[in-house]
Amino acid sequence: MTKIDSDLISKLEQLSRLSLKAAEKEKITNDLNSIVEMFDKLQEVDTIGVEPLRHITHHINRMREDEVRGELTNEQALKNVPKSVDGFIAVPKFLKPK
Amino acid sequence: MTSLQSIRQQLDSGDLSMVGVVEYYLHQIKQSRDLNIYIEIYREEALSAAERLDAKRAAGEEMGALYGIVASIKDVLCYQDHQVTAGSHILDGFESQFTATSLERALAEDMIIIGRTNCDEFAMGSSNENSYYGPTFNGIDPDRVPGGSSGAAAVSVQMDTCLVAFGSDTGGSVRQPAAFCGVYGYKPTYGRISRYGLIAYASSFDQIGLLSKDVSAIRETLSVVEGQDQMDSTSADLASIESTAPQKTYKIAYFEHIADHPAIAPAIREAFQDRIEQLRAAGHEVVPVSFDLIDYLVPTYYVLTTAEASSNLHRFDGVRYGHQAKDAHDIHELYAKSRSEGFGTEVKRRIMMGTFVLSVGYFDAYFNKAQQVRALLTEQIKTIFAEHDFILMPTTPDVAWRVGEKVDDPLEMYLSDIFTVLANLCGLPAISIPNGVHEGLSHGIQLLARQFDDDRLIDFSASL
Repeated sequence: MTKIDSDLISKLEQLSRLSLKAAEKEKITNDLNSIVEMFDKLQEVDTIGVEPLRHITHHINRMREDEVRGELTNEQALKNVPKSVDGFIAVPKFLKPK
Repeated sequence: MTSLQSIRQQLDSGDLSMVGVVEYYLHQIKQSRDLNIYIEIYREEALSAAERLDAKRAAGEEMGALYGIVASIKDVLCYQDHQVTAGSHILDGFESQFTATSLERALAEDMIIIGRTNCDEFAMGSSNENSYYGPTFNGIDPDRVPGGSSGAAAVSVQMDTCLVAFGSDTGGSVRQPAAFCGVYGYKPTYGRISRYGLIAYASSFDQIGLLSKDVSAIRETLSVVEGQDQMDSTSADLASIESTAPQKTYKIAYFEHIADHPAIAPAIREAFQDRIEQLRAAGHEVVPVSFDLIDYLVPTYYVLTTAEASSNLHRFDGVRYGHQAKDAHDIHELYAKSRSEGFGTEVKRRIMMGTFVLSVGYFDAYFNKAQQVRALLTEQIKTIFAEHDFILMPTTPDVAWRVGEKVDDPLEMYLSDIFTVLANLCGLPAISIPNGVHEGLSHGIQLLARQFDDDRLIDFSASL
């Protein structure tokens, strides 16, 4: 049985790009442990030699022609951007001059 | 205003105009505003669309196939130049650049959209309590949840604020609230309705679904919105699928021992057994079949959907759209802070869970294992459908619970999805049909059919 401890939670936070507050972290750790216990029930099922199911209908990957289409203007594309400068998406400055 | 036929008759006779229809629903919305159904009401727009349709009608033009239908849309469906937020703070103020294919097709056939309904954040929840906009309450008893995640969609139909509601169903999110609110809730075969313009939760499970008090309104809406779409590579070319002829009587399977399952409340068990007897009396062959994977449905579902969600929700990074955190010092902090401030607890929990089952060291034990179990149960279900036309199940193990009752216990909330997740795990069409009221609370019975046997499923439901 897998135990989700605080080291593993920190690793999952990092992989998920989340930073949880202390109380939230404690609650989620407890919840995840009881959810994983439920997941562990799957180990009872004999799946030796079973091919994992990855597509549920036969109607997959029906591709359209790869044609260039004018979808959005620059202005439209920036409509929901939190911050833009001169038609570009802006993010806070991270590279500091030496 | 709860049947398409009667609305159309009144429109035909001139007793009613589309403006009158929309005004009626707007009045209903006003009457039920304490239930917190709508995040946004398109009052002016719906009225002017109605005026346009009345003028078109007066000019003697031919009306579209969905003329007479006013619909609500769940806050996960994109509608150009309208906000869509998936009930989340992270999409505060976000406006769609395009319209979902299903809505575009419906609007072209003279359907009117009246507003955007509340839902669990990113459609993750079974009670409509996980919304940034607060919970929606059940109209039959406001102390009770309406179900979720399309809870408000179900209440929008329940309270006669529209004829049809567009929802989405990843593990029961249309059928379970339909059962709790006493309306029909239909989830199509995977691939039947294009998912283009539906905000993704778990892509191999998600389908747009429809709710109404009137099955024929569901049928007519489906016939307009379904079918292949070049913007969704998993959408099906229905012309290539042979349709099955309706029959007078059917072979209906139910899982043996299901009535004895410890999760089932006595009232649901009785209503289920009564329904079996009614169907038998009507000449159908209703037989128990063995299915030994029932207790593995919920774990399989949550392993796979959280995995898909953790991947799908990577795009909410606070850079290109959505909430952006202030005072971040580096790029990782910007992502982490924006996401942590923007997402609610249930979404974070599922992202963390999904990241766990996909991470090195756990992938085979959980993610791969669940995909193998998904293969096994799809095989078992196929075997059942080789001999039977439908599978009959309760929609939910119990009636709607009290608001707040399960908020602190996500596991208990997950386990309540036991009867609805099967259809999504196998891509099957399924419908929840109102099956009575117990101590003032609605519940439903569910029918599942073979993939792409949706038409017969809907027709049979209408006959019950």
